[in-house]
Amino acid sequence: MGESLSRESGNIDVFLASTLESVDDAEDLVLRAAGVSGLGEDELQRLGMAVREAVVNAVVHGNRYSSHKKVHLEVVKDANRIIVSVGDQGNGFDIKSVPDPLSEEHLLEQSGRGILLIRAFVDDFQIRRLAPSGTEVRLVKYLRRNA
Amino acid sequence: MSIQVTTRQVGDVSVIDVNGRITLGEGASILRESIRDLVSKGNKKILLDLNDVSYIDSSGIGELVSGFTTVTNQGGTLKLLGLTKRVKDLLQITKLYTVFDVFDDEPGAIRSFA
Repeated sequence: MGESLSRESGNIDVFLASTLESVDDAEDLVLRAAGVSGLGEDELQRLGMAVREAVVNAVVHGNRYSSHKKVHLEVVKDANRIIVSVGDQGNGFDIKSVPDPLSEEHLLEQSGRGILLIRAFVDDFQIRRLAPSGTEVRLVKYLRRNA
Repeated sequence: MSIQVTTRQVGDVSVIDVNGRITLGEGASILRESIRDLVSKGNKKILLDLNDVSYIDSSGIGELVSGFTTVTNQGGTLKLLGLTKRVKDLLQITKLYTVFDVFDDEPGAIRSFA
């Protein structure tokens, strides 16, 4: 794991292998960085779960476990918020093509709930295509609601 | 080990005690195999005890749904016991809370299969 961690800021910029072990690594790194930010236990757990789902998507659906592709994890903190970016080197996807897991016809599908949970557990969620290839999701957790 | 699964019989109800994390990979696959094993042996009343489940991700939720449909399609019933607040929250977010029969106490859950 090639890690760049600023001890002063607690910010993180790291490339992870496309393996399921990286899901645990990413959660640990983000929670370590977020733990000193004043988030309560429940909010930390929710942020951790959102990060896990984002990294699972990057490893499984984006990079398809390729040993040649990496997952880019970046954590930036300021006084008001924590921003977590998770990028993959896959072929990209159209979020509009993801079926609504809450619809009656898809409610009992085995998969397809990751983005729903990410949206539920962070305050802001954005997704964008990367050039020349890949997808990046950006998760924002505010430290104070009205900041 | 991320998950431990043990199965016991209470009358004609098969109780699966799950301990640990139900997440993508080993956790989800072990649970899937346990449910399918019971169904293949003709067990049609299955109670999933989640009291000691500390964590479920979207893949784990998928395994609960998959188990539910597998058992239902064989004419059986799968119910849930002992949801932690976090697991209950997840099932509510995913609108699955009303899909499953959920119980807080084992005797009540067992009686409900009668």
